[in-house]
Amino acid sequence: MLLEIDDVSLLYGRIQALHGISLTVDEGEIVALIGANGAGKSTTMRAISGIRPVASGSIRFDGEDITKLRADLRVRRGLCQAPEGRGIFPGMTVLENLDMGAYTRRDRAGIAQDLDRVLGLFPRLAERRRQQGGTLSGGEQQMLAVGRALMSRPKLLLLDEPSMGLAPMLIQQIFDIIVEINQQGTTVLLVEQNAQQALARAHRAYVLETGRIVKSGTGAELLHDPAVKEAYLGVA
Amino acid sequence: MTTVLDKVRSGREAVGDRWHHAPRWVRWALLAAVIAFFYALPNREFYQYLGPIPTPGANFTQVMFTVSIYVLLAVGLNIVVGFAGLLDLGYFGFFAVGAYTVAVLTSPSSDLKAMWPWLLAVPVAIALTMVSGVMLGTPTLRLRGDYLALVTLGFAEMIRIGAVSSEFLKGQRGFNQIPHPPGEFADGKPVFGVLDARPYYWLVLTLIILVVIGVRNLTHSRVGRAWISIREDEDAAQLMGVPTFKFKLWAFAAGAAIAGLAGALFAGKQNFVNSQNFELLNSIIILAAVIFGGSGNIVGAIVGGGLVAYMIERFRGIELFGVELYEYRFLFFGLVLVIMMIFRPEGLIPNRRRAAEFKDRRKEVTVGE
Repeated sequence: MLLEIDDVSLLYGRIQALHGISLTVDEGEIVALIGANGAGKSTTMRAISGIRPVASGSIRFDGEDITKLRADLRVRRGLCQAPEGRGIFPGMTVLENLDMGAYTRRDRAGIAQDLDRVLGLFPRLAERRRQQGGTLSGGEQQMLAVGRALMSRPKLLLLDEPSMGLAPMLIQQIFDIIVEINQQGTTVLLVEQNAQQALARAHRAYVLETGRIVKSGTGAELLHDPAVKEAYLGVA
Repeated sequence: MTTVLDKVRSGREAVGDRWHHAPRWVRWALLAAVIAFFYALPNREFYQYLGPIPTPGANFTQVMFTVSIYVLLAVGLNIVVGFAGLLDLGYFGFFAVGAYTVAVLTSPSSDLKAMWPWLLAVPVAIALTMVSGVMLGTPTLRLRGDYLALVTLGFAEMIRIGAVSSEFLKGQRGFNQIPHPPGEFADGKPVFGVLDARPYYWLVLTLIILVVIGVRNLTHSRVGRAWISIREDEDAAQLMGVPTFKFKLWAFAAGAAIAGLAGALFAGKQNFVNSQNFELLNSIIILAAVIFGGSGNIVGAIVGGGLVAYMIERFRGIELFGVELYEYRFLFFGLVLVIMMIFRPEGLIPNRRRAAEFKDRRKEVTVGE
């Protein structure tokens, strides 16, 4: 197992946001975490990337217990998250943003190679390489966030709502790119409200409700599960 | 209204563009001219031709020394506020630590009776302010925004009240006979005397140049990139593997060290240090100066610190309808700040990135509504 989360609970002050979550991600997989607004999807991501400390439970990554490890050291272990929404650096240019993605690395040749790869995956970013991040459109910012996370050459890429606020065309495009990234060898854990798209692409998925995992299975299984259909896919 | 503002804005951008596109030698020549101007400034033979620039109500050379100290402080605070984005309301507290360290180690009225030479006390003052910066920063830099501002505010007041009431720090009686920096002319007269403020000004000016070169190199390195990323989005910085706490502490310590240096220079010139030198207002003025000039931009901080310190002194000795304008200096200062914040929140000479961050934040607010 690349990532193993066991019985993790997390508190925001006195409010319990996660109630004993357990999930696993195997090497080479795309795993999706779906659920409604406020179900705890982003909180789960924050626990994994280390932005929020967990109250109890354990997180293992690549055979190592990282439950108490600082967030920046998790990046060095190969775990990188693209934050949701406007999580890019608005005052830095596209190239500077991508450069920040490689902050933990010092292998210049490897960084240059990954930069080519990212610009190849996202031609829009290549066109706008000298433009400031804050001046990009929502979709471009999203691509930049994903590309920047890739620049750390992660073993596990965490994507928080990669399709949020995007036009349908762009949603399609960003999911295609996620699959392509995965096929190039990066394991992906993604959080999505857009359950249809996420389940269609993911190998496996978990359904999160009010801080608990209520269902899990392969993407195809959940896609055809009547309860999931009714609650998240908008068809009765 | 906006059209006028836009015109001013585009005009200034054109100046910026012209500067960036000018050949290297032109830029160097201009820079050398500016520096030469400021070295020449405190000479009466030079400033008497400058029309309204010399201050009517105060010795202009003394004023220029004060201005230079403020510029040095603004450059230091700019690291903390401008680069790392940490709101420090008690920056003058570090200045006090620097000045008092020199006073305690060198003055004959100190209980220590160490009576060190000034030069020996300077590195100790810098080191101690750095340590106090780390001590203050370690518990507080894990806090965010507002909390940090409050704690630093408390720190500066603590230092001041400690100075007022502690027997060791001599309160209002203060420390006297603090030695001047070393150096003698060929005829045996000291370079750094009591009457002539020019050598002190030149010393501070030279140190400002050195500090600016150091800070510039720092901001173009990995450290600088880390600071900027923290300022722009602390969570994202952490997600990219930047040890945010460590770099915030570094910014704090570096800023503190520069304030300590400024404090040591101040004590060495003034010859006398007491608790009245360190009012809270000073912290606010420097912070306002950095924001006024354009935080995040070294040139902005220099211009801001210089202009604010100079303008306050410029009011001295001017009477209007029988009212001494100096009495109302902070009223004008406040008014200018309010107007600035409405029309130009990014400061006089903003940082290119910083301007984009402001725009981004504004967008975020409107999206949230």
